[in-house]
Amino acid sequence: MSSFSVTEPSNRSKWFAGTLVILYALVTMIPLAWIMLTGFKSPADAISYPPKVVFEPTLEGYVNLFTTRTRQTEEFLQNNPPENWADDIVRQYDMVIVGPSKFGERFMNSVIIGFGSTFLSVFLGTLAAYAFSRFKIPLADDLLFFILSTRMMPPIAVAIPIFLMYRNLGLSDTHLGMILLYTAVNISLAVWLLKGFIDEIPKEYEEAALIDGYTRFQAFYKVVLPQAATGIASTAIFCLIFAWNEYAFAVLLTSATAQTAPPFIPTIIGVGGLDWPAVAAGATIFLLPVMIFTILLRKHLLRGITFGAVRK
Amino acid sequence: MAEIVIKNVRKEFGDFVAVQESSFTIEDGEFFMLLGPSGCGKTTTLRMIAGLELPTSGEIFLDGEEIGQLPPSQRDIAFVFQMFALYPHLNVYKNLSYPLVSQGMPRAQVRAKVDEVAGILGIRDILKRPVGGLSGGDRQRVALGRAIVREPKAFMMDEPLGALDAEFREHMAEELRALHDRMGATTVYVTHDQLEAMQMGDKIVVMNNAVVEQFGTPQEIYDKPATMFVADFIGSPSMNFLNFSGSYDKGSTRVDLNGQALGVPELREAASGNLTFGVRPEHIRLNVDGGYRGEVIAAEYLGTTQIVTLDTPNGEIKARIGSEQPARVGETVGLEFLDSTITLFDRDTGRALCSALNEEVLANG
Repeated sequence: MSSFSVTEPSNRSKWFAGTLVILYALVTMIPLAWIMLTGFKSPADAISYPPKVVFEPTLEGYVNLFTTRTRQTEEFLQNNPPENWADDIVRQYDMVIVGPSKFGERFMNSVIIGFGSTFLSVFLGTLAAYAFSRFKIPLADDLLFFILSTRMMPPIAVAIPIFLMYRNLGLSDTHLGMILLYTAVNISLAVWLLKGFIDEIPKEYEEAALIDGYTRFQAFYKVVLPQAATGIASTAIFCLIFAWNEYAFAVLLTSATAQTAPPFIPTIIGVGGLDWPAVAAGATIFLLPVMIFTILLRKHLLRGITFGAVRK
Repeated sequence: MAEIVIKNVRKEFGDFVAVQESSFTIEDGEFFMLLGPSGCGKTTTLRMIAGLELPTSGEIFLDGEEIGQLPPSQRDIAFVFQMFALYPHLNVYKNLSYPLVSQGMPRAQVRAKVDEVAGILGIRDILKRPVGGLSGGDRQRVALGRAIVREPKAFMMDEPLGALDAEFREHMAEELRALHDRMGATTVYVTHDQLEAMQMGDKIVVMNNAVVEQFGTPQEIYDKPATMFVADFIGSPSMNFLNFSGSYDKGSTRVDLNGQALGVPELREAASGNLTFGVRPEHIRLNVDGGYRGEVIAAEYLGTTQIVTLDTPNGEIKARIGSEQPARVGETVGLEFLDSTITLFDRDTGRALCSALNEEVLANG
């Protein structure tokens, strides 16, 4: 074959593109790597200048993240040997572990609110998108525009009305309130994305199912849903990422019972100010669920992003 | 199996009339073709029989039972889609068993039935394969299998060969016809391909602009077209139209074109005004001294025959003659028409005039 081809890039341009992508990835990964490393530093190393790249790793940050500690007298420390390795770590500051911190609870709140609102957004979004895609709905275009228009300003612009409304309705600082709020923000994205995916599924499949003796609803969940799986998965990832990372409303509307991890993590106080290793450890753990969820659905996500680009 | 009667069926989509009041009967066991150009309402008619669209008015009878407003699942009719519509997330076996599972048939019975159908269609060896990787022909077979597996009263097919390449289409058409002959099931088949319709159909309905133009056997439709549209749509090249005007009584056997008297089948109705003389290309002969003359402007060689295009005083015509006959461009030759095959049309209405040739066909409506 000749060295030039229209469809196949040359080896040199492949190398060039590859190097560029890897370099870009490295640059964007630096803050992430820094956070992860900081989680394993001692408080002194974390704030040392110039920054330390090589340091002695410690689990101090993680221990501090998950526990509450109190100072003890030397006498007490000598009479009571450390109960475990974590206790051993905190004793270098003359402290003992007295119980778990609130991090676990806040993290669970994030899980409940994040996944709950994602499920609700995708569930309602799928039904709405199917209806918009398949049925003749009066003023369908106007309704779709109306749904989209809810995202035409930043959601935080309506923070004050929502704050007042939630206080009156008793939804402030509740899981339900946060799930409903994130669902309301996400639903327009879900409807629009999913409508695109469902539009791409030829309606002949459902008609075949109708002919084969199934009802409209059976045709929907037996034939349409499996084929929309890609779209549903990628929509779910987008919804989860928003709900998981949302900070402003979480600060405003939650405090004690329903506070999520984002407003909690930066407030972890250690000895003499913010406990940076613990904050970094919290951020690292906080990243994991979205990362795992995305990796699990990665195959769908990649197809989802390029979906509809090529006519089959 | 089943007889299907379409009675005054009409379908509107908003202001758009997709099918005007149409009536015809599909007899038990017939291979019935719905033929017409795209947008003529043939697919809508098919979908109404299957229940995928509900008629705006009119009735559809399946074996004497009115089914016009029933959902598709209650009609016992199978449908083969143009793009097959195999469930992409299921393998071949599951695709075939899908209609049986919906009826709640026991597993062992489903297995036996699918195996039987796979045997008929010769697809036993691909039952475990996902449908995504199948060739066009195998997809077509699976789609047919899904239709026949539950032994419905009738089959609807919407251009099932349209998605196949030309070479394979021929083969599949034969296979389809053989399958029909073996099962003897009433089949309604939509196509825009007149050759396919002529080749496979027992009966043909020709539709145009939401109206049924003619309904009959392929021979009737070809030899005795009821309208100028049908005459033009069927046949390749299509029927030649020579325009003239005049006034003729019932019983006439000659018409005058450009001063030449040409024989026609005996007229069974009086005719006057703008008329058209319709003649098939193969019913024209060239001779040296015929009275009606035309100039050869092109000759297309097709092997055993050739298509000669001639310029006549009444318009351009194409003749199909043996390829051994000389036809030189620029030459003026005499034309001879086979009298008994001529159809006269009223050009203003587009309808064929009743004559000894088509009397019976026109009487059928």
